[in-house]
Amino acid sequence: MDGSALLALLQQAAPGATIESAPTADVHTTIYVSRDHVVEVARALRDTPELRFAFLAELTAVDLWPREPRFEAVYVLVSIEHRLRLRMKVRLHGADAHVATVSSIWPAANWLEREVWDLFGIVFDGHPDPRRLLMPEDWEGFPLRKDSPVQIRRPPHVTEALQVTQEEFAANLEHDRLTRRR
Amino acid sequence: MPELRTETMTVNMGPQHPSTHGVLRLVLTLDGETVCSASPTIGFLHTGIEKTTEQKKWQQVIPLVERMDYLSAQSNSMAFCMSVEKLLGVEIPERVKNIRVLLAELQRINSHLVWLGTHGMEVGAVSVMLYCFRERELLLNINEMIAGFRLFPSYMRVGGLREDLPRGFHEAVRSFLDRFAGKLDEYEDLLTRNEIYLKRTQGVGVISKEDAVAYSLLGPIARAAGVDYDVRKVFPYLGYETYDFNVPTKTAGDVYARYQVRVAEMRESMKICRQALDRITPTGKWAIDDPRITPPPKDRVYTEMEALIQHFLIYSQGFTVPAGEAYVPVEGPRGEQGFSVFSDGTNRPWRIKSRAPSLLACQALERMIVGGLIADVIAVIGSIDVVMGDVDR
Repeated sequence: MDGSALLALLQQAAPGATIESAPTADVHTTIYVSRDHVVEVARALRDTPELRFAFLAELTAVDLWPREPRFEAVYVLVSIEHRLRLRMKVRLHGADAHVATVSSIWPAANWLEREVWDLFGIVFDGHPDPRRLLMPEDWEGFPLRKDSPVQIRRPPHVTEALQVTQEEFAANLEHDRLTRRR
Repeated sequence: MPELRTETMTVNMGPQHPSTHGVLRLVLTLDGETVCSASPTIGFLHTGIEKTTEQKKWQQVIPLVERMDYLSAQSNSMAFCMSVEKLLGVEIPERVKNIRVLLAELQRINSHLVWLGTHGMEVGAVSVMLYCFRERELLLNINEMIAGFRLFPSYMRVGGLREDLPRGFHEAVRSFLDRFAGKLDEYEDLLTRNEIYLKRTQGVGVISKEDAVAYSLLGPIARAAGVDYDVRKVFPYLGYETYDFNVPTKTAGDVYARYQVRVAEMRESMKICRQALDRITPTGKWAIDDPRITPPPKDRVYTEMEALIQHFLIYSQGFTVPAGEAYVPVEGPRGEQGFSVFSDGTNRPWRIKSRAPSLLACQALERMIVGGLIADVIAVIGSIDVVMGDVDR
């Protein structure tokens, strides 16, 4: 099946969605899907008998900063039954980087979406476990964003000295001396 | 008499545990010896390789990607090079394709040997480890021969290979293959009908075919559960369609089936190696004829001005890759792997993302160990063959 036939079939299976094809350099047919219809299209891709994209091989994102729309979420899908490969992309604006989760359709998306949230800060609405995956839980910022610095130079963390007056210091010494003598 | 009180117990397994293959942490809830819930925690080995590659030139990325999945270095660099070559739109010579097939298959045997040795040791068969590492040494010697480096050869380059095969390469590979067939039988003698091994592995860590599909376990784990998918057969690359080999599958989906699949895969890899070796001439082309990408041979650099300029340009500026993105799937030792490569048309990658089969295997781990016994957790972690360098990158 070639790209245009696949696109027509998909448009028929998901009539409400805006789907456009894009040029590709490799074996993957590439499509852009509007953000609001990701789940609908994903379900159509998995369940249409002529497509059956049962495998989510890869889910990632790319940051095109400083261009807008800034992010592209990339889903690579495999259909073993029909020997098809597809790349589904979603454009996301930097100020509003939200997209619906597909982890209810492909459970494998759970950790992959967590990784994208962790490294890019793209929010997957309705994700069952929205935590960081690779970075420490208290990490600030999203390291794979292009405006995230490569080498972070933070002021060194300094613990301040205990504030003790001269009198308290002397009293402490005296107390220490007395207790030791006993 | 007071009433017997029972409660569940939370056990932290790892991150430093000898059987977690690196630094995987499992938080297990136990009811007696039964695992009630498990949550894997990863990220301890996150080194930000994907961010680092964005600062490097295209050829400089190769040593970095080899260190992601450190048991399948040749496979990683081959997958990366093929994605970049796809973007460049170049076709590599037939001889290079055959050499890449041979090296990738040797790498698969190498990786499976480490897996078999460590897995055997974890379920109590310590001698298997010694046997496997003995043969792995020969494969590392072959790596040393071609590249001077045993674990991370960086022998695959964008546009071909670093240099031609050394003298004596064919003899070394052939003597390994002749020796290895008998050795594989030896390993099987130790395990395949070993009563203790069977008791520890059969019916343990079962994953159904549906779950293997849902968790995208494209590789030996899925093949052990009955998913007949191998990139080499379904989406052939490097001329794999011209080689005669089978894809072993099982239906049980347990630890033992994964063992059977991987041992059978080693036999099939040997078949491919022999066919590839027959096709490779001892000397010939080792890279494409493109002065922008391939550096000139050293003897010309020392004698010709043009070659020196070309050498200087390639090593100081690198080459540019047309804007676009490519992902070429290959069958690595742990399943489908590949690199999503994004280029903006400059001499440095815009973004590189590795498809990590170990990450997905780790995700499915919970599915395999909940409901089983705590002692089986070790056997299951061993059987899914996770490399934490690949999980965390």
